[in-house]
Amino acid sequence: MREKLQKIREEAMRRIEESKDLNKLNEARVAILGKKGELTAVLKGMKDVSPEDRPLVGQLVNETRAGIERMLEETKAKLEAAELEVRLKREVIDVTLPAKRNLSGHRHPNTIALEEVERIFTGMGYEVVEGPEVEYDYYNFEALNIPRNHPARDEQDTFYINDKILLRTQTSPVQVREMEKGKLPIRIIAPGRVFRSDEVDATHSPSFHQIEGLVIDKNITFADLKGTLAEFARELFGTETKVKFRPHHFPFTEPSAEVDVTCFKCGGKGCRFCKGEGWIEILGCGMVHPRVLKMSGIDPEEYSGFAFGVGLERIALLKYEIDDMRLLYENDMRFLRQF
Amino acid sequence: MNTSLNWIKTLVPGLAVTPGEYMDAMTLSGSKVEGYTRMDADLEKIVIGQITSITPHPDADKLVICQTDIGTETIQIVTGAKNVTEGCKVPVVLDGGKVAGSHDGSLTEGGIRIKKGRLRGVESNGMLCSIEELGSSRDMFPLAPEEGIYLLPDDAPVGGNVVEYLGLDDTIIEYEITSNRVDCFSVLGIAREAAATFGLDFVPPAVTETGNSENAGDYIRVTVKDSDLCPRYTARVVKNIRIAPSPEWMQRRLRAHGIRPINNIVDITNYVMEEYGQPMHAYDLETIEGREIVVRRATEGETFVTLDGNTRTLDDTVLMICDGRKPVGIAGIMGGENSMITDHVTTMLFEAACFDGTSIRLSAKKIGMRTDASSKFEKGLDPENTIAAINRACQLIEELGAGEVVGGTVDVYTGKKEEKRLPFEPEKYNRLLGTRIGADDMLSWFKRLELGYDEKTNEIHIPSWRQDLECDADLAEEVARFFGYDKIPDTLPHGEATTGKLSFKLRIEAVARDVAEFCGFSQAMVYSFESPKVFDRLRLPADSPLRRAVVISNPLGEDFSIMRTLPLDGMLTSLALNYSHRNKNVRLYELGNIYLPKETPVTELPEERMQFTLGMYGDGDFYTMKGVIEEFLEKAGLSGRLSYNPEAGKPFLHPGRQAEICYETKVIGYLGEIHPSVAADYGIRDRAYAAVLDMPEIVKNATFSHRYEGIARFPAATRDISMVVPKGILAGEIGHVFESRGGKLLEHYELFDIYEGEQIEEGYKSMAYSLSFRAKDRNLNDADITGAMEKIVKALEDMGIGLRK
Repeated sequence: MREKLQKIREEAMRRIEESKDLNKLNEARVAILGKKGELTAVLKGMKDVSPEDRPLVGQLVNETRAGIERMLEETKAKLEAAELEVRLKREVIDVTLPAKRNLSGHRHPNTIALEEVERIFTGMGYEVVEGPEVEYDYYNFEALNIPRNHPARDEQDTFYINDKILLRTQTSPVQVREMEKGKLPIRIIAPGRVFRSDEVDATHSPSFHQIEGLVIDKNITFADLKGTLAEFARELFGTETKVKFRPHHFPFTEPSAEVDVTCFKCGGKGCRFCKGEGWIEILGCGMVHPRVLKMSGIDPEEYSGFAFGVGLERIALLKYEIDDMRLLYENDMRFLRQF
Repeated sequence: MNTSLNWIKTLVPGLAVTPGEYMDAMTLSGSKVEGYTRMDADLEKIVIGQITSITPHPDADKLVICQTDIGTETIQIVTGAKNVTEGCKVPVVLDGGKVAGSHDGSLTEGGIRIKKGRLRGVESNGMLCSIEELGSSRDMFPLAPEEGIYLLPDDAPVGGNVVEYLGLDDTIIEYEITSNRVDCFSVLGIAREAAATFGLDFVPPAVTETGNSENAGDYIRVTVKDSDLCPRYTARVVKNIRIAPSPEWMQRRLRAHGIRPINNIVDITNYVMEEYGQPMHAYDLETIEGREIVVRRATEGETFVTLDGNTRTLDDTVLMICDGRKPVGIAGIMGGENSMITDHVTTMLFEAACFDGTSIRLSAKKIGMRTDASSKFEKGLDPENTIAAINRACQLIEELGAGEVVGGTVDVYTGKKEEKRLPFEPEKYNRLLGTRIGADDMLSWFKRLELGYDEKTNEIHIPSWRQDLECDADLAEEVARFFGYDKIPDTLPHGEATTGKLSFKLRIEAVARDVAEFCGFSQAMVYSFESPKVFDRLRLPADSPLRRAVVISNPLGEDFSIMRTLPLDGMLTSLALNYSHRNKNVRLYELGNIYLPKETPVTELPEERMQFTLGMYGDGDFYTMKGVIEEFLEKAGLSGRLSYNPEAGKPFLHPGRQAEICYETKVIGYLGEIHPSVAADYGIRDRAYAAVLDMPEIVKNATFSHRYEGIARFPAATRDISMVVPKGILAGEIGHVFESRGGKLLEHYELFDIYEGEQIEEGYKSMAYSLSFRAKDRNLNDADITGAMEKIVKALEDMGIGLRK
């Protein structure tokens, strides 16, 4: 019996070794361990073995079987590895072929810039609000300390609907509407479309966007305005950005300032981009005029505040180096695709 | 506003700064300098030469050879100029020097380098210059010849520097003065600011008493009838006028300010206008009838010939200067032809008045004539200034020997304002600025600005020219700008915390952008105003309510004259632009308002409704567009019943390919293929699709809340149903049957095949749906489904739909 098992084992090993693929290996397994296999036949013959020999024979048979099975497993693993190897080689692709993209659309540069600004200010606790684009003269001018016949009204080249209603020339009327609500403190930015009677050219458009900012609280100072806008400029244009406040005049703020930032192309050394000045003007701002506070029902003795207005297109043109404002309203895909 | 830096330096004697330093410091103290121009930027090595001999050129008829004494030596120069003679003095640019431009008047940036060389074989060591080559013009140097070399006066020092001699060694500073600082539209005003900025003394001209022993009142009587428009009218008289050129120093300053020197009287008027910012007018007193000036409003339709020879038609808002019988000038704008000064004038009336700024601005606009004078008056001048200016002018007349000033002044001053005083409150200024500036520093700056301080009352006296100073905040700004905005600390507001957030509406718009872009649409921006022709182009019927628009009363042109009532024109125009550029597969979206008037004509603000507009051509079809809409509505949390009504009635859409989008019972928008003829009108020769969603309706129903409903644990049972459907029946109607008859167990249904053509009878289509049923709590058996299926089949059969076995 021992010899017989030894023979079976050797024969099995040979067959297994000769199996060059998984199919052959499987055939070998069936031939040896299958229902009609040789080892199975031996097992079936166990009933003829004398009871005293059975344990020994059984042990021998089991050992043989385990040996064969181990061999089968090992060979199977080897063959599988080889087959996988072949498959991986066969499946080499050209990774430089074009990608299959979803081809998602592109956001308008104005919106990209606006979202940047909104992100910065909402992070500082500002609420984003809106106001009407067709506005009363009162909110656009009168309540902002720009009475009828004030020269500023000419400068702004207003589109009128009638003598009481106009297309707002600035987002500042939203300040007044917000203050009139009487809920203090106020921290808002108000982005939106504004209109001025300028002919279309590379730097002008009769319709563009501003972002108004307004903070009203107790003890708000000009220093707070400076700190806030410096923070804003660094967030928007980079941490190295320096900010310069120049005195200016707006009817609805006092003191007022215009704000320049160091040119983010040359860092302030002066280049073609900033026309050699090293500085680029980005916004106007100031402390809310006490008369404006009073007109909106806020006591200037108790409260103070600051306001600022940024030209959105100005930011977008600067940041993305767009050299012609008309591109923003033509919607040419060759332009939009670049954002 | 421009000033000569040299002029400023004479008024601020200690001022020793470069133009660059001046520009930076003035800008930071509030007088913004836009830039500066050195008049001699491109002039180098130009000296006064004297021609000692002229000989003909041996090989050129048009050239001559000039031996020219330049002080240190005599050099040979070949010139083609015709106007040079032996002994004349001329500007000579030497070898290696530079001139600013050519003799034709064109300037070259960076100048033109002159080198010695040979002209037709004869050595030439430099060039004789015309006024144009020196960067100026005959306008500024009236004595310059029309063609040829600028001839210098006989007393010009040979070898001297031409730039200095002609006063071209000056820098012109260009300011952007804000409208509140009327006083800074004058050399004196700027000089006062410069002195305060640099901490130096301001030395204005000392105006001396002028006039003979006569009295101007004996020459002229002044009556101001409309004193509301003329707070002050000041007049003086000059007789025995001797018209002559003004002196070189005066011409130089006028030139630097871009003003052409004419003669002493005109030049003095212009000079004082620059210096004091006060326009003046000179009348020939002989032409003033009745020896009387009357200031009154014009009568409606009155006509008048201004000194430029044009006839102007006026109305009763325009203020006139008249004599005893007739008008002689439009107040503050332009004098009349009938009273203008000529070279033969002997006695003249000098007028320095103050007119209401708004009235002048409106009148100038109405007449269509904005003059140097009116642009000054319209800012609202200081009435105190008239007397100073007119006395300065008379002083110059005496100094220049231009005439004999008559003693006395006729001064009608009804609009005198009381001196303004404001309490001095240093703590308040500091509190507003966030600074700790000492009161003494503040007062020292105020002093330089001539803001007086009365210790007894603790009040600041505001000078008449500073009408802009009205409250604490104004004085705080004066403090801030001389302390230096840059020295004020940077802090952040503290106090009650606030929540940073976007409004709900803006958040939904952000969802719209995200979805549109995910679906391949790029964001467009278009104007809010458009042409009323759009309505015709979009085939809107004559009675369409959308034709009622908000109309702009002063548009840029008809194309921008109404506020849009529907957003399609902008979208189609943008698609068309892309189409014309051969951009393929274009998908655009736009978020913008339409403006619906509540009534016409408009008396209150129109309703502004945000529209989400999508447009595309190229890849994709109606159902692609429909998919974008459903994607958006899902992301915006609109989970209710959505339906499409083909009877949208949009004339600009394909009649068979359009639908109203309904959410529950509300119409929230529409979509469709653009009507081929509309598309063609816009120049789009491809199928184009558009969808418009009315955002207010969407915002109303939108939500960001979600609720987990569990994952189904029991399997779904599906039934396929295949049918032959009359062509006119819409999938939506079939869907409606499923929904209304399917019962609670019907979870979902899906169209998986639709077919028309062979094997299907004409007028019918084959449709196949898969219906899936599910219960949350158990496995379904046939019996559960059979009932629902029977109801569905019955309803379908009632609609004339046949089941396919």
